[in-house]
Amino acid sequence: MTAVLEVRDLKVRFSTPDGEVSAVNGVSFDINEGECLGIVGESGSGKSQLFMAVMGLLARNGRTEGSAKYRGTELVGMPVKELNTYRGSKLAMIFQDSMTSLTPHLRIGKQMTEVLIQHKGMSEADARGKALDILELVRIPEAARRLNQYPHELSGGMRQRVMIAMSLLCEPDLLIADEPTTALDVTVQAQILELMADLKRVTRAAIVLITHELGTVAGLCDRVQVMYGGRFMETGDVRQIFYNPQHPYTNGLLSSMPRLTEDRREKLYAIPGQPPNLQRLPAGCPFQERCDFVHERCVAELPLLRPVTNAAGTGQMKACHLESLQHPVDDPSRASIPADAAPPVIRTSDARTA
Amino acid sequence: MLSYAVRRLLEAIPTLLVIVALSFFLMHSAPGGPFDSERVLPPEIEANLKAAYNLDKPVWQQFLIYLGNALQGDFGPSFTYKDFTVSELIGTGFPVSIRLGLTAIILAVCIGCTLGVIAAMRQNTSTDYTVMGFSMVGITIPNFVMAPLLTLVFGIYLGWLPVAGWGGGAINHMILPVVALALPQIAIISRLTRGGMVEVLRSNFVRTAHAKGLPERLIIWRHTLRAALLPVVSYLGPAIAGLVTGSVVIEQIFGLPGIGRYFIQGAINRDYTLVMGTVITYGTLIVMMNLLVDLVYGLLDPRVRYD
Ligand SMILES: Nc1ncnc2c1ncn2[C@@H]1O[C@H](COP(=O)(O)OP(=O)(O)OP(=O)(O)O)[C@@H](O)[C@H]1O
Ligand code: SF4
Ligand SMILES: [Mg+2]
Repeated sequence: MTAVLEVRDLKVRFSTPDGEVSAVNGVSFDINEGECLGIVGESGSGKSQLFMAVMGLLARNGRTEGSAKYRGTELVGMPVKELNTYRGSKLAMIFQDSMTSLTPHLRIGKQMTEVLIQHKGMSEADARGKALDILELVRIPEAARRLNQYPHELSGGMRQRVMIAMSLLCEPDLLIADEPTTALDVTVQAQILELMADLKRVTRAAIVLITHELGTVAGLCDRVQVMYGGRFMETGDVRQIFYNPQHPYTNGLLSSMPRLTEDRREKLYAIPGQPPNLQRLPAGCPFQERCDFVHERCVAELPLLRPVTNAAGTGQMKACHLESLQHPVDDPSRASIPADAAPPVIRTSDARTA
Repeated sequence: MLSYAVRRLLEAIPTLLVIVALSFFLMHSAPGGPFDSERVLPPEIEANLKAAYNLDKPVWQQFLIYLGNALQGDFGPSFTYKDFTVSELIGTGFPVSIRLGLTAIILAVCIGCTLGVIAAMRQNTSTDYTVMGFSMVGITIPNFVMAPLLTLVFGIYLGWLPVAGWGGGAINHMILPVVALALPQIAIISRLTRGGMVEVLRSNFVRTAHAKGLPERLIIWRHTLRAALLPVVSYLGPAIAGLVTGSVVIEQIFGLPGIGRYFIQGAINRDYTLVMGTVITYGTLIVMMNLLVDLVYGLLDPRVRYD
């Protein structure tokens, strides 16, 4: 299986008046063709900036170190002109702020056709035809009329569909969806996720789904990478992460997931404490201040990502000094995904090697 | 949009009436009158003069008479320029001021916007600092310093351009006053443009445009500029009205027959009718310009609704 994207020791730094912010602190991973990868973590864990760096979209005060290769071509440090032949064509990204991500003074049609004109050299008329097809693919009602509308004339859900449609125009190899459902109503969220699941079936694009809810990942993704303090804490196959979490942070995230079976009067579990200060990350494990299992080694030594010994199957990795994690929840219904939400494609273990 | 414009114009009538009334009563409540001069007039003559101009009547009656005449387009005779009516004075001065003002503002918009865009695109580089530094200087140096400086250099030392006078509107007579008028505007407009650009360049939709792989040029022209120019447009309304009604300082320094000096002379001489005439001209222009700004806003931003 070929990798679409190979990321090695990627770091993102922001210089600010009160010091340097270490938003991403050396992550390495591959995304394979057609795969759906979930990136999970609390707010501020560096999920967005990791992929902004890959796309060359960091804010002016940000800089990227390390390597991110698209099919063998280095993207980090690539001149913008050249990068623009990949962005929007091979690599596409959908942003978490659906309400403000479209240009307010341009019609939807124009915003879509310009992508095709730029990358495919299409005529305006052909581009409109293609745009219409894609709008229908993402199930936008009255698609033809939408082309002549302005973003403010569309609902939030519609705008996010337009964003998704726009990202698919050039049939990208890699589609990065950064919290595509935040800022939307719950029902609309479900529709967008359903759409993403469909797209996964009909496009051959590898999909990255960034989210802070493990539940979103469960139904959609093949593999999950749990992020904290700009590092991966645990990575593995979606079933491994859900049924057999091996990192205290993953476990905390799972326990804080709302579940239908749960007694509603019971207070929802939340991981105590605050995410780490990215300007002064502690030596040792970034999770140490909030971890129930913290011991001397955690404070002194940074745990590196290593294969989990007692994993069901191979490919599960964690960055934790603990040998194993006693699953603190006995009730099997708690840390599990509903059967019907299980990922439609169960990946073979050899496809998972990083 | 047309009905909106008409409605706005109708709504402007009471506004203008208030402006007219306020200036009328304020002016009349100020001490002194048009016929107070060092040479004391015999009381009978002064009484006759006052009667001829209705100045012997109560102020509110004078106001009603004035309003009635003004509505018929008669702004009365000037007290200072005795052989001219106010309409005639404005009719000769206004075209001069409009020509100067419009030329200056067009120049200022072209140069100011270009500089602002360049500064924003080279944000925090020496180019940016240079442009913004010059613009700071342009804003802080007052007209009455800049204009004589220009005259000194280009009119006297280099001898390229006439020092003063209108010359019947010849280009070479216009250059110095137009430049003097435009410089502070260039400074302000370039700052506004840079500010707007910097903000829009940080916005999510510009990030989307980058993510789509669009070239820089297209992102600036199509996705950024229209939104970035909104602050400039709001500034331009009152600025245009101010410039085309004549800059007192510039017209004085360059000895230009514009409308600006009538305002000052009218006020100094208690030339009630002349002051009122210029106030009405200025007020009407402001109202029209604000309407124009709102209409242009709607062209730039489709979210603006006229209802
Ligand atoms: N331009 C910037 N300058 C300084 N710090 C920044 C900048 N952009 C992002 N950061 C910081 O980088 C960290 C990681 O941000 P990131 O956007 O990746 O978080 P996230 O995991 O996507 O969170 P969320 O779920 O809220 O989107 C945050 O602490 C953020 O404050
Ligand atoms: S390394 Fe230590 S502090 Fe970090 S997660 Fe593991 S046990 Fe907790
Ligand atoms: Mg984010």
